[in-house]
Amino acid sequence: MPILTDRKTQTQYDAIVVGSGAGGGMAALILALNGAKVLMIEAGRNYDPVTETPMFHTPEQAPLRGERTPDRVFGHYDATIGGWQVAGEPYTNKPGTEGAFWWWRARMLGGRTNHWGRISLRFGPHDFRCASRDGLGVDWPMSYDDMHPWYDRVEKLIGVYGENDGIENAPNSSPGILQPPPKPRIGELMAKKAGKGLGVPIVAAHRAVLSQPLDGARLAKELFPSNAKAQEIIARDMSMRAPCFWATNCVRGCSIRANFQSTTVLIPAALATGNLDIITDAMVREVIVGKDGKATGVHYIDKPTRRDMVAKAKVVILAASTCETSRILLNSKSLDQAGLANSSGQVGKNLMDSVGTTLGSHIPAMEDLPPYNEDGAGGIHVYSPWWLVREHAKLGFPRGYHIEMGGGRQMPSAKNFGVLDSKAPGVYGSKLKEEARRYYGANFGFAGRGEMVPNKDCYAELDPNVVDQWGIPVLRFHWKWSDHEIKQAEHMQNTFAELLTAMGGKATPKSGRDAIQRPGEIIHEVGTARMGAKASESVTNQFCQTWDVKNLFLMDGAVLPSNPDKNPTLTILALAWRSSEWLMEEMKKGTM
Amino acid sequence: MKWLAGTAAAGTVGPVIGAPGETEPAPPASPSRHPIYDPDFAKPGVFPWEKQFTAEELKTTTALADLILPKDDNGPAASEVGVPDFINEWCSAPYDDNREDSESIRGGLAWLNTESFRRFEKRFDELAAAEQVQIVDDICDDSIAKPEHKTGARFFKKFRQLCLGGYYTHSATWKHLGYVGNLPVAGPYPGPPQELIEKLGLQDV
Repeated sequence: MPILTDRKTQTQYDAIVVGSGAGGGMAALILALNGAKVLMIEAGRNYDPVTETPMFHTPEQAPLRGERTPDRVFGHYDATIGGWQVAGEPYTNKPGTEGAFWWWRARMLGGRTNHWGRISLRFGPHDFRCASRDGLGVDWPMSYDDMHPWYDRVEKLIGVYGENDGIENAPNSSPGILQPPPKPRIGELMAKKAGKGLGVPIVAAHRAVLSQPLDGARLAKELFPSNAKAQEIIARDMSMRAPCFWATNCVRGCSIRANFQSTTVLIPAALATGNLDIITDAMVREVIVGKDGKATGVHYIDKPTRRDMVAKAKVVILAASTCETSRILLNSKSLDQAGLANSSGQVGKNLMDSVGTTLGSHIPAMEDLPPYNEDGAGGIHVYSPWWLVREHAKLGFPRGYHIEMGGGRQMPSAKNFGVLDSKAPGVYGSKLKEEARRYYGANFGFAGRGEMVPNKDCYAELDPNVVDQWGIPVLRFHWKWSDHEIKQAEHMQNTFAELLTAMGGKATPKSGRDAIQRPGEIIHEVGTARMGAKASESVTNQFCQTWDVKNLFLMDGAVLPSNPDKNPTLTILALAWRSSEWLMEEMKKGTM
Repeated sequence: MKWLAGTAAAGTVGPVIGAPGETEPAPPASPSRHPIYDPDFAKPGVFPWEKQFTAEELKTTTALADLILPKDDNGPAASEVGVPDFINEWCSAPYDDNREDSESIRGGLAWLNTESFRRFEKRFDELAAAEQVQIVDDICDDSIAKPEHKTGARFFKKFRQLCLGGYYTHSATWKHLGYVGNLPVAGPYPGPPQELIEKLGLQDV
C-alpha cells in the first residue's frame, strides 16, 4: 500500500483521520502539531500539485484543445481525478424522486480542495440562528460569536484576500487579516456601476489566494502562542508559499502554492511534524466498534492489492466528504442495523446543495476594448453578498443568495465563438477575423449561489441492492426542490436580467424551474449528519463529536445543519480546527 | 474504432456533462495513470482515439479552413496552426456530441465535394480560389441559402465554428483576439489601465 511517510504504520495511533481534504487536512494538522500520532487514510491516489499542476500549459497541448468532455467535465486541465461518475463506484437515485442527485467524488490526496474556486465567505450571525429568525430548518448549536475567532485563525493560516465591507450577515474579519484583493476588471466595474443603479452591492470577493507573501514568523506566533514547535514548522512552511502571479486558473491547482489546497497548505506542515502517516488508495468500509460501544479503528480495503486491512486508534475522525462520511456510518452496522451514531435517525437526512442559476449576455460596450491582461487571480475578483436580508416579507421566499460574476477576455476555448453565428452570419475570410476580435470577450455573466431549506424529501440512504466494486453498499439518493428554492432561483434570474440590461446587454430570464441547476451540480452538498444541541435531533454536538460514540468525530460538510448562501469550505476548516482543539483537550483530560 | 480498454466503464450514457446512475463494474484499480481520467500533465497531451479522416477529407478540410481563416496581417492560415487536425480530432472523439458533429461535418465535406464535382468536375481542394468562393458564397449564410444549398449551409455553419474554435485556442494566434494573458506578473495585479477606466466613465464606481 502506498505510504507517504518513511515509517511503517504503527499498530495503534492516537487518531485516524479518514479523508485528506479541508476537514481531514485541518484535523490532521492540528492534531499532529499538538503531538498526537495521526494516521490519515485517503481513498484516492497520492497527488502533488507542486509537480503535477499544468501551469501555463496551452490549449493546443491538450486533447480537443482542453475542451470539456464527459470524462473531463471542467476541462482537460482541471485538477480533478474523479467527478460525478467514478468508474466502479456507482450510486443510485430512487426512481420516481423528482431530481436525480449528482454526487461528486474527488479521488485524490487533498480531495476537492485541489480544484475548488477558492471562494471563502464566512457564515453570518443570522445563518447560525436561521430557524429562530424564520421558523424553517434548525438552528446551529453555537453562534457566530463562537465561531468568529476560528474564522480569524483560518484566514490567517491559509491567506484570504478580500475587504471588510460591513455588510449585514457578511461579517468582517478582525483587522489586519484579509490580504488586499486584486483590482476589478473592466466588466466587473461595469457590473458594479449597473448594480449601484439597482441597489445590488458589488464588492471585493473573498478568496483563499495569496496576493502578498505571508509573514510566517508573525502569523505562526499569533496562531500557536504556546507551541514553539508548531510556530517553527508553520512559520517555515508559510514562508515557502509564493503569492499569486496572476496567471493559470486556480482550478488547475497551483504549483507555487499561492492558493489554498489541503495538499499545499495543510498536509506539508502536518508531515513536517513527524507525527503523521498517510495511506492513499485505501477505501474505508466501516468504523470498527468494541463491545463497550467505543470506536477502536477502521476497516479499509487497500485498493491496489484488494486486501482488507484494519487500522486502530484511540479516536476516529471521519472527514471523507459529506455523503461518504454518512455512508461509512450507515455501513457500520455492528451495533445497529441503522448504522453507527444514528440513534437520532438523522444520518443521511437533511441533505442540501446550493441553489444555482446562471445568466449571461453579449455586452456591446465591451467590444473592441484595448487589450490588457485579464487573467488576474484565476477566479472572481468581485461578488455580491445577499443584500435583501430584511426584505423577506416582500420577497416570498426565505434566505438568500450571493452572486458570482465574470466575463471579458479569458484564455480562449473552442466554444467561445457561438456569438458570431448571430452577429456575423455568412462572414468568412479576413473579415471573420475582424469580427472574432470585435466580439471576443464582449460578454458578462452572473451565477447565483443560494441557501436551500433542508426538507424531508432530500436525503441519502443505503441502496439495498447495489454495491460498488469493493463490495461496499452504495448510496441511494432522494431529492425534491421546494417552492422556496424555485422562487429564489426565479429572483436570481430576474436580478441578473436587470443587471445585464443595465450594462447594455440583453438576456431573457428563465423560470425558476427551468433555471435551477441539478441537485449536486453546484458541489456544495452538506448535511446528512447534522450537529445540534440535542442528541435526539442531531448526530453530533457543536464540536463534531457524535452523541452516541464519544471517540468518533465527523469533521467535514456532513455536520452542517444549514447550507447558507456562502460556500462551505471556510466553515468546514474553522469547524475542524475548533473541534480538533476541543478533542485535544478532551484527550488530555482522559475522556477519550 | 479503437478505444482504450477499461474505459468502457466510463458510462457516457445520459447528458453530456456526466449524469449520475449506475456504472458497470470497473476492472481492479491499478496504480498507473489513466490518460483520460487522470492525465499526466508532464507529458504532451495524449490523444487516445484514432483520427478518422481520410487523406481526401483532410485535403478538403484544409482547403475550406484556409478559405475561412486565411493568412493575413491578423495571423497565419488555419492550416498553419493545426485547425484541420483539430477538426479531425474533434470528429473522431467518442463522445455523443462529437459523434453528432462528426456526422454533420463528414457528411458536409462529402456534400461539398459533390457540389464541386457537379459544377466543375473537380474536388473542392482542386478548384481555383475563385471557383471555391463561388460555392462557399452559396452556403456561407444559412438564413439566405437556397433550398438546394441548405445542407451545405448547415454544414458550413458548424464547420466555421470548429475553425474558429481550433484557430484561436492556440498560443500563436490568441493575441489576435486581444487575449494577452498566460504570463506571470510580479507584484499586485495591475488591473485595467487607468485611461481605459476613465474613457469608459468607470472611475467613480
